[in-house]
Amino acid sequence: MRMLRAVFAHPSGRIGGVIVALYLLLAVLGLLGLTPHNPLMQYRIDRLHAPDSTYWMGTDLFGRDVASRLMMGIGQSFTVAFFSVAFAALAGTVLGLAAAWFGRRWDGVLMRLMDVLLAFPAILLALLIVAVAGPGTRTSIVAIAIVYTPIFTRVVRGPALSLKAREFVDAARTFGSSSSYILTRHLLLNLVAPLTVQITLALAWALLTEAGLSFLGLGTQPPAASLGLMLSDSRNLMETAPWLMIFPGVAIMISILGFNLLGDALRDIFDPRMRRAIA
Amino acid sequence: MIPLLSVSDLSVGFGRTPQANEVVRGVSFELADGETLAIVGESGSGKSVTALSINRLVDFGGGRITGGAIKLKRADGGVLDLTAASEPQLTRIRGAEIGMIFQEPMTSLNPVLTIGTQIEESFRLHRGLTGRQATAAAKDALDRVRIPDAARRLKYTPNQLSGGMLQRVMIATALACNPRLLIADEPTTALDVTVQAQIMALLAELKRETGMSMIFITHDIGLVAGIADKIMVMQNGEGVEQGELNQILDQPQHPYTQHLLQDVPHFASGRATRSDGRRDKATDTEPALKVNDLVVRFPVKSGFFGRATGAVHAVDGVDFDLMQGETLAIVGESGSGKSTTARAVLGLVRSTRGSFSASVRKAAAGQSALPIQMVFQNPYASLNPRLTIESILAEPVIATGGRVDAATRAKMATLLKRVGLPENSLERYPHQFSGGQRQRLCIARALMLNPSVVVLDEAVSALDVSVQARVLELLVDLQREFGLAYLFISHDMAVVERIAHRIAVIYAGQIVEIGDAKSVLSAPKHAYTKKLIAAVPTIDRRREHFEVDTRQVPSLVRPLGFEPGPARWEQFGADHRVRVEA
Repeated sequence: MRMLRAVFAHPSGRIGGVIVALYLLLAVLGLLGLTPHNPLMQYRIDRLHAPDSTYWMGTDLFGRDVASRLMMGIGQSFTVAFFSVAFAALAGTVLGLAAAWFGRRWDGVLMRLMDVLLAFPAILLALLIVAVAGPGTRTSIVAIAIVYTPIFTRVVRGPALSLKAREFVDAARTFGSSSSYILTRHLLLNLVAPLTVQITLALAWALLTEAGLSFLGLGTQPPAASLGLMLSDSRNLMETAPWLMIFPGVAIMISILGFNLLGDALRDIFDPRMRRAIA
Repeated sequence: MIPLLSVSDLSVGFGRTPQANEVVRGVSFELADGETLAIVGESGSGKSVTALSINRLVDFGGGRITGGAIKLKRADGGVLDLTAASEPQLTRIRGAEIGMIFQEPMTSLNPVLTIGTQIEESFRLHRGLTGRQATAAAKDALDRVRIPDAARRLKYTPNQLSGGMLQRVMIATALACNPRLLIADEPTTALDVTVQAQIMALLAELKRETGMSMIFITHDIGLVAGIADKIMVMQNGEGVEQGELNQILDQPQHPYTQHLLQDVPHFASGRATRSDGRRDKATDTEPALKVNDLVVRFPVKSGFFGRATGAVHAVDGVDFDLMQGETLAIVGESGSGKSTTARAVLGLVRSTRGSFSASVRKAAAGQSALPIQMVFQNPYASLNPRLTIESILAEPVIATGGRVDAATRAKMATLLKRVGLPENSLERYPHQFSGGQRQRLCIARALMLNPSVVVLDEAVSALDVSVQARVLELLVDLQREFGLAYLFISHDMAVVERIAHRIAVIYAGQIVEIGDAKSVLSAPKHAYTKKLIAAVPTIDRRREHFEVDTRQVPSLVRPLGFEPGPARWEQFGADHRVRVEA
């Protein structure tokens, strides 16, 4: 509750929060099928219909309602983004904590492995994984999760190393606290802030990567909709039916703006040096 | 005669509404040519802000001068009000007419530039010197602060020099343009006592040579006795008392000055040691902690394959025993191995060799006990900021397999009350407490497991002087009540004198002198102990001349397999042994 109030007190947090909330609502409606029209239904007579009061964002080449497909696509893209970021955050946290806690060889091997993963551009690595495992929603979730795991590993390892050397951890050792207690209460609890910020920002990247994969035909498979796929379908109709490109394109742009604004706000809020300036 | 500096009715505020948020209120003082003024106060008293207002550095920290005047007599005889001076004017004055040295020499210098470059900068800016001329001037500046081999040291980067050396470099930089006023903001607080004595001696000598005036800011009233002409005592942003050195020290008028002089620990050469708990009667009982030939070494690896080529002998054959209800203080300077000894006793660092045994005391039914507990130096770092006090106090109990039941809660409440914290503390978080309160919390946490020995590693060093005094009192009370044995690690002789029954002086990883506190402090026998005690500032030592001693602590790195020869001890009195110097 206090967190929510802080987000809304922050100028960019307010905008970002509203955008993200709106998208979440659209995604849920899209996933539940509560759309203006059936997103898969082909209204053959109304093919490439321009936006009007019936079809708010027009129809596509097969006469499907773009507004409904957009909602379905947002639902699809968000599902992929949320699951992949959740897996990446989980894996990254475990690996980062392990690297920091065991140190020495573990740290060296794990972090070099992460460096190798980070050396590839995100989309290229995701493409490689999908190309090997075959296209589809599940594989794109796995691919995006693998791509963003190294970032979480780094975000966790750094602060975990410094926390490990703090006196309260030494104090815990002097009264014989177990490693699992120290890891959860003393390390993880203090990592909540950087993790929250990173998760928010990673959601934006994951959305973009998912759009990219779908655009290339390796993510969501037709007839289901996703933002990237819709954009890809609009390529040849750019001049005859510009709405096919404009709406999904703008939808991607605004969603990323929203997550980035929210992420920036969270970073400010968690940074104690900034706390006074906002309050 | 116009004074060099005249500050009248100075007020400084911070934040968006500086008037409502004043941290310095109506401070006035005058400083004549060649005079030294010491500003004494605890943290938050506004002493640093007052000093920073003089060269207007306070503006960069978000402060605003809200009232009063600061009149500086310029070199040409004119008088300038610094509160109204423009930034370009101030830039010319800073460094050239007002020099400044800060508390942390390690962070006041840029780590990637050589010290030569950094000293030369001052000459370039204010005197227009360039190239070889500037280098020559920088070498002279280093010579002036008695840095041996100055020409070669110019090429060093800050990490290659010790803290004391760096503070000399800072002084050299500040004095580069012969300022007529030097502001020293706690210049020795981060340094060891013997180094502090050297720096103080150097400042006194330089003052004599150049005839400059000085403003010396400190929390330690004992330190200024050797150097100040006048003292101003500050509390809560106001100058509560000012006057001549002797007048303030001998006839303090304000209650706060009296408190600083009387209640706060000052070193008294063994006259203020504790009179309770003498050792003689307890020699036949089992010691609470016995340490035998403790050795801690860290391997030094070098070369491509990282082979061990030597070892740092951090602790080298330390033995002592500690009786129940007794305090043994381990004193030494940084790097002497005192903290490593404490950490080895608790198993936080692995000892290479040696044994220790601690007697476990019987716990009440259903309660767990660990024989040794520890209180750390920094009360801000030793409590997890994200846990409530209840979780923090419960942790030792959970760690030893106990349950948090009614008995545990009752114990928490009793201990909190005993260490002087409010009863509603349990559901609060560490950041809601002050430094002194947090250290009380740490003490309460250490007592949760009914230890027989508590290791206090610089436990009061991070606290303000008057808070220090109260925490020491609490520790003594708790020791009497629970029969605790304390292993008190400290560099501060004044504090040690108040709490120790016995003292072990540790130097380069070895105990060089151990014995009854009074005997060690009043009649030190080992050369190092003598040097250490001579360096402790006291209010009795006014304007005493220190010898400038630039000897460094020997390297603790030894070749592989090196073993020090067996220690030979000389006995003085019933309980006072000294290691025979090689």
